[in-house]
Amino acid sequence: MILFNSVSKLYTSQERPAVDNISMEIEKGEFVFLVGPSGSGKSTCLRLVLREERPTSGSIWVAGKDLGRLSNWKIPQLRRQIGTVFQDFRLLPTKSVRENIAFALEVIGKPKSHIKKVVPEVLEVVGLEGKEDRRPDELSGGEQQRVAIARAFVNRPTILIADEPTGNLDPATSVGIMKLLDRINKLGTTVVMSTHDSAIVDQMRRRVIELENGHLVRDQTRGVYGYVR
Amino acid sequence: MRATFVAEEVGAGLRRNLTMTLAVIITVAVSLGLFGASLLVRAQVDTMKDFWYDKVEVSIFLCGENSDVPSCAGGTVTRAQRDQIESDLESLRPLVDEIYYESKEEAFERFKEQFANSPIVENVSADALPESFRVKLTDPEKYDVVASAFAGRPGVEQVNDQRAILDRFFRLLGGLQAIALAIAIAMLVVTVLLIVNTMRVAAFSRRRETGIMRLVGASNFYIQLPFLLEAAIAAGIGAIFAIGTLIFTKMFLIDQVLAPSFQFTAFVGWESVFTIAPIMLLTGIGLAGLAAFFTLRKYLRV
Repeated sequence: MILFNSVSKLYTSQERPAVDNISMEIEKGEFVFLVGPSGSGKSTCLRLVLREERPTSGSIWVAGKDLGRLSNWKIPQLRRQIGTVFQDFRLLPTKSVRENIAFALEVIGKPKSHIKKVVPEVLEVVGLEGKEDRRPDELSGGEQQRVAIARAFVNRPTILIADEPTGNLDPATSVGIMKLLDRINKLGTTVVMSTHDSAIVDQMRRRVIELENGHLVRDQTRGVYGYVR
Repeated sequence: MRATFVAEEVGAGLRRNLTMTLAVIITVAVSLGLFGASLLVRAQVDTMKDFWYDKVEVSIFLCGENSDVPSCAGGTVTRAQRDQIESDLESLRPLVDEIYYESKEEAFERFKEQFANSPIVENVSADALPESFRVKLTDPEKYDVVASAFAGRPGVEQVNDQRAILDRFFRLLGGLQAIALAIAIAMLVVTVLLIVNTMRVAAFSRRRETGIMRLVGASNFYIQLPFLLEAAIAAGIGAIFAIGTLIFTKMFLIDQVLAPSFQFTAFVGWESVFTIAPIMLLTGIGLAGLAAFFTLRKYLRV
C-alpha cells in the first residue's frame, strides 16, 4: 500500500536531511505506529506520502502509484484515497458537524443525495449521532477529533494518516480515539499514525516503526513505544 | 461540479471581503471608463476625418487689386494667367478630382451667407474678395503636389489647404486621446495590482478552507474557481458601470449637448459604442481573471 525505497528528503534550508535513506513497506490493512522524538522525520514521512513534499532521492509508491511520476493534476485523485487527521483537528469553526463532514464531499463534487446518505452513516461510525448540528466550539476535544476522523473517513479512503491525533487529548479521551481508529482499521483501511504517546503504543501492540534523526532505527511487528532508555 | 456550492462560496467570499470588492469595482469602473473614453475619442477622430476629408479642398487664391505678395507684383490676375492655371489643373487629373472656379461675385455671395448676421458684410464689396479655384483631390494627402505647382506662380496669391487646419485640430484630439489612454493604462495597472492584493488577502483569509480542500483531494480548479469568479464578478460589475457611463455620454453629452451645438460636423454613432462596450467588458474581466489566476497559482499551490 505504501512503499518507501531509499527515500531521502533534504530541505534546502537545513544541512541534515529530515529523512535519510529510509526504506519501508506498509501492507494493505496494516496499523502502523510511527514513533520517534520531535524532528526525527515522522511528519516529513507523512507529508511525502501525501505528496505535499517530493523526496530529494528515492522513490515512493502509494496505492499502486509511483509518486515521482504522478503529474500535478493527478495529485487530488491520490489524496481522495487518503484520509488525514491532525493534532489540531482543523475543523471549520463556522460550520456544523454535519457541514464540516459534508464539505469534504462537496469540494470533490459528490452529489447532494450521496452526501445526505453517507454523512449519517459516518456519524454513526464515529459515535456522534445527535450532535450533527453542533458547531466545533460546542464540542469537547475528543468529539472534535471524532468529527475530523469522520471527515477523513467519509470518502472511505484506503489509507488513513493520523499525525499525532491524540496529542491534544487527555489519556481517557485518547483511548476512545484509538478504539475508533482501530475500528476503522478493522473496516479495511490502512492506518498510519505518528505519535509520542508511549502508553497507547504499548497498549495496542501493533507494528512500530521508529525514526531517529531521519534514520529508520527500528521496525517491529507487535512492538512497544521504546526500549528502556 | 456542484454549481450551488460554488455559487455559495463566491457569494460568501464577496461579502466577507466587501471593502476590497468595492475597491476593485471602483478602480475597474474608473480605469475602464477612461479606457472606453479614449477609444471613443479615437472613433470620433476617425468619424470626423471621414466626414471632413471628403469635403476639404485646396484653394488657390488669385491676385486681386490689393494683393501685396511678390507673385502679385503684376497686379490683378490676367485672363491668360487664369486660363493657364485652369489647364494646368486639368492636366493634374486624376489626382485632381474636381475643379471649381469661384468668381468675386460668388465669393461675395458665400461671404454674405457665412456672415449673414454680422455688420461686417456692409463694409465689404465683391471687389475686396479674391477670385479662386477650389480643387478637390482624390487623395487629400497629396496636397504638396498642388502646392508646389502653383504656390508663388505669377497671378497666384496663396495656396491654401483646409486639411492643414483640420489636421491641427485632429492632432489636438489625438493628443487628448493619448493622454486618456495613458491614464487608462496606468489605472489598469493599478487595478491589476489591487486585484492581486485582494486575491492574496482572500486566499489568506480562507487558508483554512483551502487547506482542507487540498487535503481531501479537491482539484485545483475547484479550489481556485470561487476566487476566479469573485474577481471576474467584481470586474464585471465595474465594467458595467463604465459601460453605463459610456452609454450615458453618448446619449446625453454627445447626442443632446454636443451634436445640436456643433451641427457642422459628424459625431460617433451608436455602432462605435457597441463595438467599444464589449472590448471594455472583455478587457476588465480578462485582466481580472488573469491577475487572479497568476496570484492564486502562487498562493494556492497543490
